[in-house]
Amino acid sequence: MAETDTQEAFVAFERVQKSYDGETLVVKDLNLAMPRGEFLTMLGPSGSGKTTCLMMLAGFETATHGEIKLGGQPINNIPPHKRGIGMVFQNYALFPHMTVAENLAFPLEVRSLPKSEREEKIRRALDMVQMGEFGGRRPAQLSGGQQQRIALARALVFEPELVLMDEPLGALDKQLREHMQFEITNLAHQLGITVVYVTHDQTEALTMSDRVAVFDDGRIQQLAAPDVLYETPENSFVAQFIGENNTLLGTVKEIRNEYAVVELDDGELIDCKPVNVSQPGERTLVSIRPERVEINAERLQEGAHTLKAEVLEFIYMGDIFRTRLRVAGKDDFIIKTRNAPDQRRLRPGEKIEIGWLPDDCRALDA
Amino acid sequence: MSRLSSSGPQTADAPTPEDAFHETATLDDRARGPQRGTEADGPMLAADGTPLKKSLARALRAQKLRALALIAPLLIFVLVTFIAPIADMLFRSVENQIVRDTLPRTSAALATWDAESGDLPPDSAFEALYSDLFLAAEARRHTRLGQRLNYENTGMSSLFRGTGRDVDDFGEANVEMLEDLDDRWEEAEFWISMTSGTGGAAVLDAARERFIRLDDLSTRGPLGDAWCGVKGVFGAPCAVSAEDVDLGFTLSGDFAETFPRTAEAYAEFAVFMAIEEEETVADDEPWEAVYVALDRDLRALSPEELAAYDGPEAEALRAAQAALADVPPVDFRAAFVASDEDWGTVEPWRTIRTYAPPYTTGYFLNAVDMQKTPDGPALRDEDERIYGLLFQRTLFMSLMITFSCILLGYPVAWLLANLPMRTANLLMILVLLPFWTSLLVRTSAWKVMLQQQGVINDVLVWLGLVADDGRLIMINNQFGTIVAMTHILLPFMILPLYSVMQTIPPSYMRAAKSLGATPLTAFRRVYFPQTVPGIGAGSILVFILAIGYYITPEIVGGTTGTFISNRIAYHISSSLNWGLAAALGSILLVVVLVLYWAYDKIVGIDNVKLGG
Ligand SMILES: Nc1ncnc2c1ncn2[C@@H]1O[C@H](COP(=O)(O)OP(=O)(O)O)[C@@H](O)[C@H]1O
Ligand SMILES: [Mg+2]
Repeated sequence: MAETDTQEAFVAFERVQKSYDGETLVVKDLNLAMPRGEFLTMLGPSGSGKTTCLMMLAGFETATHGEIKLGGQPINNIPPHKRGIGMVFQNYALFPHMTVAENLAFPLEVRSLPKSEREEKIRRALDMVQMGEFGGRRPAQLSGGQQQRIALARALVFEPELVLMDEPLGALDKQLREHMQFEITNLAHQLGITVVYVTHDQTEALTMSDRVAVFDDGRIQQLAAPDVLYETPENSFVAQFIGENNTLLGTVKEIRNEYAVVELDDGELIDCKPVNVSQPGERTLVSIRPERVEINAERLQEGAHTLKAEVLEFIYMGDIFRTRLRVAGKDDFIIKTRNAPDQRRLRPGEKIEIGWLPDDCRALDA
Repeated sequence: MSRLSSSGPQTADAPTPEDAFHETATLDDRARGPQRGTEADGPMLAADGTPLKKSLARALRAQKLRALALIAPLLIFVLVTFIAPIADMLFRSVENQIVRDTLPRTSAALATWDAESGDLPPDSAFEALYSDLFLAAEARRHTRLGQRLNYENTGMSSLFRGTGRDVDDFGEANVEMLEDLDDRWEEAEFWISMTSGTGGAAVLDAARERFIRLDDLSTRGPLGDAWCGVKGVFGAPCAVSAEDVDLGFTLSGDFAETFPRTAEAYAEFAVFMAIEEEETVADDEPWEAVYVALDRDLRALSPEELAAYDGPEAEALRAAQAALADVPPVDFRAAFVASDEDWGTVEPWRTIRTYAPPYTTGYFLNAVDMQKTPDGPALRDEDERIYGLLFQRTLFMSLMITFSCILLGYPVAWLLANLPMRTANLLMILVLLPFWTSLLVRTSAWKVMLQQQGVINDVLVWLGLVADDGRLIMINNQFGTIVAMTHILLPFMILPLYSVMQTIPPSYMRAAKSLGATPLTAFRRVYFPQTVPGIGAGSILVFILAIGYYITPEIVGGTTGTFISNRIAYHISSSLNWGLAAALGSILLVVVLVLYWAYDKIVGIDNVKLGG
């Protein structure tokens, strides 16, 4: 579902721009199309315009330019309460003066559902988030995780087709967050709803989503499935933002067949896959994941370039070893090796050679 | 329901990892609260074996003491400047020492008199009033009593003033008789030689105490003594207090026993001379009252009894007794009626009798438009009732002002809380501007705005909305007071509202709208209920401030727009009826407390938020 035609998309942003102050664009030329049932995450550093996009979709902010479509219909002029979009807020926004059950009843009451039906739906929604016994409590009497579940139940109880979540797990501790990530994706898939999920936590984005839109500077830097995003970042921002990443600066020497030879600043040569460099002589930022660095020369391809490295630090982390090296004059080159019985444990001061498959090493924009 | 219903059953069976259930379980425990530890038997012990509670208390004591020392100045300040005046006010509203202090003998003599019989009091009461009034008139305290009793019975003031002027001349014939008998009777030395001696200190002390109470002289307690000791060290000793003034005279016990009335009157004279005139009995001949008292004493004694008296000047006394037999005894009753015929009616006596006790409900009865009648307390006549109406009006107008403040303040507070910082700050300055302007200026400005030739009327006439001869009356009535006070008290409504609204994140309204509520429903059901604590706080502030407001209604209220506080101020500064003012103030205090209590019952004081 990588590419979807905007015509048949359920949610579509078309050339959307947004400015709050008339001077700077917070969202610059946003284009996005989502099919029904997709779980899409907007990932990006704080201030990159994610919330703004979500608010425009929900109707709380108006787009300065461009069109937002829901189910093929432009919704720019539909007020938020008529859009029928469920929403989970970062601080949950549970109404403090109402009990949990009243909170859940609220969207049903404003839709004038009969009482019996209302109660049935509330009960089912509470059961769905395993909070069946908490109907009579006030939000303040619940823990953070429980409030989170109620907020989720409230956003779902009136059966919206589209649910927006703005950093809903931001306030939870790690363990609870991981558990809720699992529950939310599970629910979304069971109910078949379309979800736009906002987070600045890349692990969350990778584990939960069908597709991730990486935001920076008001633009989508890359929109792709998690594995694609991780393995083939399209620019240096995405490469550095997602996962751990080693970068080396250099100049493209020549582009031969599929691969480019890059001359690092200290004169060493390496092979890379050119992603957004095309001309010899271009400056480039070479990116390589720590777990793709090979320290075992036999495992490398014939004729592959290798680099000299000095071990600076060895950290035992249980499942993996994390080693910091000095490579091409940089002190922050990290490699990760699996804790296998035959794995070498490097010692600080040791001099080794490292290398990698050219496919794992990507030459990006500098 | 399609999706939820189809998924409902599945949810229960949905594969849930074990840690999910574990998680839910711990959440439940956390929420249910009760700790297992508390169920253990017996008190917890600290490491050294003392009960944990005790050692904790010990550890906290020093901390508490330090905290107490820090707040002590404020605590003392509050006690002295806030609690004490209120206590004083409550006391004044029932206090009625003045009758008993000024007319102690009369009060005692009237105690057995049946005021409802319709008969005049016995002669003893007239005689007692004579001796009481004589001293009071000398000390010029009788007019004060007259004023006090005038609150209860009009005419008492002039009655006391007039009779106070005449009382010197009562029993004139008898006094002259004595003076004509022997010139020595007019000499101070003669009186001193006759009365001085030892053993009569009790009579002098009683007279001194009586005079101190009559003249409201402050006495110095142990604290004052200590203070004066300290001052003395620095060469600035205190003035001698009334209780320590040297009378320069000691009374003979024998004389006091044989001539009790004379001794008493002479003792009072001596005390008066020493304390009030800073002289002694040697400097002046005694008052007429002393002669009159001697006349009464001599008549009470038989010649045989007097013959047995062997004190100084016994001969002169025997001669006086013989001479006085030729003139009739002093007729106090006739003398009083001659001075003012009102003394021949029951009314003034009944008033004195009714207000003789040291504490009275009279002020409170007055404050609720009632009065004491022979058949107990009863409502005053319709046209004499004012305070009930004033209380009603005060409550009604305070409520109107509170509501106006809510109506005007709510949108402003909302804007303050929701506008961008810069604009909100500007608006905040506008809200606070009244605080930086003199109250008097603001109120006077309303006068300019609202008067018949004022700005608003001019504009209305200019617009043709009202005719020039039909200008609206908007000042010196309730309308003017409500408008001006709403303006003045508005910040007290806006500020608490604002601070509450500020804590309500915009996401609540957004959540409500995203759940399908129209903006109006979202406001009504989500935003408004959360601002109720702010409304409560603002209303309590505004209402309580309004109910006791004084300056503004005084200036723009005219006659129909004044508050009970204006009446209180009148009694404090003009009519000087402090007791009634205190009673009105006490009632106002009780009304506020009752309303506060009712508010707590209905809304709950926990629901009142002044901020965050
Ligand atoms: N209501 C607003 N008025 C003015 N600027 C805003 C407003 N909301 C957000 N911004 C600005 O827009 C940018 C993007 O904000 P936001 O969408 O909240 O980012 P994110 O959710 O990715 O952290 C930020 O620079 C922020 O300062
Ligand atoms: Mg955000």
